[in-house]
Amino acid sequence: MPEINSLYKKLANDGINNQCLQHSLQGLQQRLGKGALNLWNQLPDQQLRARAKENRMQTLEHLDLVLEELAKKIQARGGKVFFASTAEQANDYISKVARQHNVQTVVKGKSMTSAEIGIDKVLEDQGIEVVETDLGEYIVQLAEDTPSHIIAPCIHMDRYQISELFTQKLGIPASTDPPTLTQAARTTLRKKLLSADMGLTGCNLACAETGHITLVSNEGNIRMATTMPPVHVAIMGMERVVATLDEHKTLLQLLTRGASLQKLSTYVSFQGGPAASDGPDGPEEFHLVILDNGRSRILADPDFKEVLACIRCGACLNICPVYGRIGGHAYNSPYSGPIGAVITPLLDGINKHADLCKGETLCGACKDICPVENDLPRMLSLLREKLAHGDKNWDVQPSSLQERTMFTLWAWLIQHPRIYHATISLMGHLQHAWSNRAGMLDNLPGPASKWTRTRLLPAVAQKTFRKRWQEKLSKSKASRQQSGDQHE
Amino acid sequence: MTQQPTVSLFIQCLVDHMYPHVGEAMVNLFDRLDIPVTYPDGQTCCGQPAFNSGHRQSARKAALHFLQVFRDSEVIICPSGSCVHMVRHHYPQLFKDEPDLMQMAERIGDRTYELTEYLVDVLGVTDLGASFHAKTTYHDSCHLSRSLGIRRQPRALLSKVAGLELIEMENSDTCCGFGGTFSIHYPEISTAMVDEKLRTILATGAEYVTGCDISCLMHIQGRAQKRNLPVQVVHIAEILSHQGEADHAGNK
Ligand code: SF4
Repeated sequence: MPEINSLYKKLANDGINNQCLQHSLQGLQQRLGKGALNLWNQLPDQQLRARAKENRMQTLEHLDLVLEELAKKIQARGGKVFFASTAEQANDYISKVARQHNVQTVVKGKSMTSAEIGIDKVLEDQGIEVVETDLGEYIVQLAEDTPSHIIAPCIHMDRYQISELFTQKLGIPASTDPPTLTQAARTTLRKKLLSADMGLTGCNLACAETGHITLVSNEGNIRMATTMPPVHVAIMGMERVVATLDEHKTLLQLLTRGASLQKLSTYVSFQGGPAASDGPDGPEEFHLVILDNGRSRILADPDFKEVLACIRCGACLNICPVYGRIGGHAYNSPYSGPIGAVITPLLDGINKHADLCKGETLCGACKDICPVENDLPRMLSLLREKLAHGDKNWDVQPSSLQERTMFTLWAWLIQHPRIYHATISLMGHLQHAWSNRAGMLDNLPGPASKWTRTRLLPAVAQKTFRKRWQEKLSKSKASRQQSGDQHE
Repeated sequence: MTQQPTVSLFIQCLVDHMYPHVGEAMVNLFDRLDIPVTYPDGQTCCGQPAFNSGHRQSARKAALHFLQVFRDSEVIICPSGSCVHMVRHHYPQLFKDEPDLMQMAERIGDRTYELTEYLVDVLGVTDLGASFHAKTTYHDSCHLSRSLGIRRQPRALLSKVAGLELIEMENSDTCCGFGGTFSIHYPEISTAMVDEKLRTILATGAEYVTGCDISCLMHIQGRAQKRNLPVQVVHIAEILSHQGEADHAGNK
């Protein structure tokens, strides 16, 4: 049975037909995608990205030790560290902390890991109010929507839609002026930030040498969310850690450049524990949740380990020609674009997300732009291999027996040139019914209709190159013979 | 001048069956350069469609066949960047656990060149005495430009074609959306991509779009003709082999 996870196609179509989204994506890719490529070309140190990757891979090599060091340093300052194997464990832990502190309101900093574990819903089900404080995330939350870009969550909405939303939900007078809208959000959010009982953030980077986590933002919301509420809980994917401050420096440079062409974001917050007598800044309690949730399995597979080097800058979304047409919702995951197409199946099931593995052209643009030179096309190709042949380690069932049979037959033909050419020539004879005057085929039946519905297909030539070559050979032989005869 | 090694043509399956004149154009070019050409019979397909679809066992069989057919070739020249990429970069992956075959694949990979790469980088020619009187734009296909790094060579060749006005399109290296079986499995996405490509092509006002990969050109042509758009495709080999006045190479 052909396996079609039609949701991807359906959502992709919605994206393609959404004019507003198309307009935003065009702008995003023109500015950020091209911009990042230019930045990399202008880096004075052209080896920087390769070295950063090397460092990342080295750290991943002994990730357990590096994480242990990070945890120790944070604990030494009175911070609490929890290793969560699964999303459920992470959610339970965070819920428990919330209960202990009788939390009514949680303010959030933008975090994809929090979306991965689905913590919002878990907290809301306990009657806790959860408020996003990143402007884009806040808009998406108000709209009861999901982010469509890992850095620019509401890229799919324009200011007219946002204006309508704000009038409806915040009760402000209609305005499409971005500063006015931002101010309205700011006023509401500030109140929440000042009164919340818990701040919940992600973690862009963590550094074992210093025992800190690092959060970048341009709105200042992170700084407030991590310092105003009495409790700060940060969730980090376990691969986010780097070993040394030196490595941290390089990655921070690459992260903000890749994400938004900035040498440095407006704010960089470092959190390494609760406020102390000698350092009064910070929350009363600091918790770091280090999440596995499938990452160990990726780490253990040399083919895919590389994907854990990702610093989630989103640059690959800004250049991908598929993302550029379909937008982020099609991926149906907190992680969209090329990185999402690789990490989502690995974290959440390869069969389940077969369309993400197959729905790209492997053009390689993501590899070129990635600050850590991740070879996503290579990994997509390997994911497809698992789908084609099945894989026990990854619990993958072969996805389409029909396709497999077709390729087996095809491979046999490839190895039998005579029959191969005869088959093609037979197709050439059968094609006339669909051929137009210019020798192009239209309205083909069966699977070929998927091509010809939107495109014409050139007909099989009456004389293939192979035939023409054979004729040329026999002609030149004949003429050689002729001139030979004359010389005799 | 020392005798150049005999060139073995590796004619991509789409060229063989649908665009045979592209192969003939290559033969003309090498004839013009006085370079002996041969066409190893028995060649079929490099295996790329299977590889990209994840069917590596089938791709491996195709690769074995290819190695067999081109075993004795001195240099192998192909009018398609993605097929060269397949042989050079993916064959070694297919044989990673079979040292003998791996070595053979690597050796053959080293002797396999894309047409413009061979002309410019190995033979050192850019002027082939061609003429093509038309405004033309150039599409950088993905594997050719990104994996093989071939961007300069086709442009160097086109710059020497009499009468040809090269007008660069915006985002010339953005994928056309073909992607092999992707174009059939995800026709809507694929079509949206080629429409974007056509937008940038049409914006140049060029009459022709050329490139080094017939698969992308086939995709662009198929969509352009379905929409009756005023642009034609022509493979770079056809331009380079074309001589004489206004009579352009056509897709007959
Ligand atoms: S894969 Fe590379 S480009 Fe994409 S988000 Fe990760 S680090 Fe950024």
